[in-house]
Amino acid sequence: MSARDLLLKGGQIIDPSTGLNTIGDLLLRDGKVESAGDRIGTPDGAEVIDCTGLVVSPGFIDVHCHLREPGREDVETIATGARAAAAGGITAVCAMPNTDPVTDNQAAVGFVLKQGRAADSARVYPIGAISIGQNGERLAEFGEMVGAGAVAVSDDGKPVVSSQLMRTALEYARAFNIPVADHCEDPTLAAGGAMNEGIVSARLGLRGIPAEAEEIMAIRDILLARLTGGHVHLCHMSTKGSIELIRWGKERGIRVTAEACPHHLSLTEDCVEGYDTHAKMNPPLRTMADVEAVREGVRDGTIDVLATDHAPHHNDEKARAFADAPNGIVGLETALAVNITWLVKPGILSLATLIERMSCAPAKLFGLPGGSLARGTLGDVTVFDPTRSWKVDPVGFRTKGRNTPYGGQTLTGRAVCTVVGGRVVYREA
Amino acid sequence: MTSPLGKDLLGLEKLTAEQIGLILDTAEPLKEISERTIKKVPTLRGATIVNLFFEASTRTRISFEFAEKRMSADTVNVASAGSSISKGETLVDTARNLEAMKIDMVVIRHNSSGAAQFLAERIESNVINAGDGTHEHPTQGLLDLLTLRQRWGSLKGRKVCICGDVLHSRVARSNIWGLQKLGAEVAVCGPRSLLPSAIGEMGVTVFDRIEQAIEWADALNVLRLQLERMEGGYIPSLREYNRVFGVTRERLDRAPKDILIMHPGPMNRGVEIDSDVADGPHSVILDQVTNGVAVRMAVLYLLAGNSPRLAEAAKGGV
Repeated sequence: MSARDLLLKGGQIIDPSTGLNTIGDLLLRDGKVESAGDRIGTPDGAEVIDCTGLVVSPGFIDVHCHLREPGREDVETIATGARAAAAGGITAVCAMPNTDPVTDNQAAVGFVLKQGRAADSARVYPIGAISIGQNGERLAEFGEMVGAGAVAVSDDGKPVVSSQLMRTALEYARAFNIPVADHCEDPTLAAGGAMNEGIVSARLGLRGIPAEAEEIMAIRDILLARLTGGHVHLCHMSTKGSIELIRWGKERGIRVTAEACPHHLSLTEDCVEGYDTHAKMNPPLRTMADVEAVREGVRDGTIDVLATDHAPHHNDEKARAFADAPNGIVGLETALAVNITWLVKPGILSLATLIERMSCAPAKLFGLPGGSLARGTLGDVTVFDPTRSWKVDPVGFRTKGRNTPYGGQTLTGRAVCTVVGGRVVYREA
Repeated sequence: MTSPLGKDLLGLEKLTAEQIGLILDTAEPLKEISERTIKKVPTLRGATIVNLFFEASTRTRISFEFAEKRMSADTVNVASAGSSISKGETLVDTARNLEAMKIDMVVIRHNSSGAAQFLAERIESNVINAGDGTHEHPTQGLLDLLTLRQRWGSLKGRKVCICGDVLHSRVARSNIWGLQKLGAEVAVCGPRSLLPSAIGEMGVTVFDRIEQAIEWADALNVLRLQLERMEGGYIPSLREYNRVFGVTRERLDRAPKDILIMHPGPMNRGVEIDSDVADGPHSVILDQVTNGVAVRMAVLYLLAGNSPRLAEAAKGGV
């Protein structure tokens, strides 16, 4: 709890949850929002940050990241991940359970929470596994994990192969009102695949992953959500077909929500040219038609949430022949800029809608505090400059990962100050 | 002195028709060296070449070794089994260590697509791709082109069909690019489960049945069907493959014209190709093998121009 008041002065306050969009002051007191919008005097002893020319928004929440602890502390820890999030303007992250050991029980969930608190930066919410060991066989103890602080369940990194197990997970999750975050991949169609299947994979001689590998699982689980009434949250949607299927499900009132990641909104399979392993992730980079369809999905709300799928890897592991390199890129420190550069600047999203997808919607769908600047809400705030250009230099990242395809690129939009619980956890030097 | 091919030979996709023509033109006179009693010229004397083979290979490795030795290079063969590679050393470390011993060229065969380029970007020596995963096998493509050129003079307007497992074939990709650049028309034929789904975008005609291919083609390049493809579920059986897609005497007899028969080897007789075809009058399969040595000598010779030390040695002439 913050002893001093924090006054964010003179910024453009945009809070889609209340419809607020005005130049004014934001006062945080006792870790909560005290007032938003009105020009106010400086309370005695308050810390004041001049936000003139900057946007002040409810803190961004990333519902999909990999913090690697426990197991691969050499590539990321919960602390370095939380600090990277804060540096990217993200006030809370949901940590996927594919660690070693897997976060598949209440003690493991407690460990993630404990490390998150110790990091004393962005908030860290654990996601528990759907199945023990993420083996796709026996359901993990959702009830105890939620009791310990898990906010969702997922076998992310692996698909839930058994339709019956996914059905049970969606049914069982209803008692705890948590989403089942779904890694959509038909493992037989995707087996051995290293990139999107198409002309580029044919030319490069790399085994392809067809769009259908994602879409088949997406529609299966939309149908299982219909059957069970459970909430399925489709992770990292990457294809035109998936967007159409989600739209189909939403039109029918099925409880399906979905997320997209910055790389699927900005890059295509052409980036794999030259066998650049920074362009290797799962789902893979797709075609321009897919990118355009996912952008449109974000615009019209078919995609509810913008997440990162932040996945740090060691340089030695990425410095391999393409097929032998691991999937994934880091994203916490570039997500805001990539989203502004490829969605806001071209006029696809307004800043308010961007904030809705990065803050309000994730809070609502995952039942997290925050995502709003209404009086009395958690004082998690992101202050960012939507027009600032900067060159991505991976060496300066807070994350231990350097695996980004954006290195050397000039992007627009940068977090200036990140506030968690009324306290500044990141401020641009 | 810069090599007309650049530092490395990684694939035919990125070469121009002129560069390919230059390699073939250079290979022609070099062929004669292998006909001599003393099959040796001093061209690459003092050059050190490492043949780095991460995958089993007989024909290609020996062909490179002959090419190197007939040009007087010092050669070292490194196979993955029994070397530090089997102890988990990374490709980068292996390469850097080799280079620290002052070498001039690396010939690499690797089971991952892009491995040759990966290596080429990290070492100063010339890198020659001797087959990377399912990507390219440029010297095989070149020797196929040389074989056809010797028969036809020019490839312009000629029709070549690549038959079989195009999906997993680095030979197919190198052939497609090379043939197209030299003006030939290219088709592929095989079960769709063994063709890349985007094959139509590579500028080739696709035949579903071998009979159609035989009616159309001036030459067939028959790819090896690996036993693993049946185990991998791509085709039901080798027996059926032979009956439906096999290049047989009976089928060739119905062709409207004589068709040249090529095969990159090793052959599965009775599967993708019948013995009386492989050994028949229109087979140029052993010409391909002979040309392989000449084409590799040409590639070594041309790439050597990129290295001052080698260029010095090359003054000894062909």
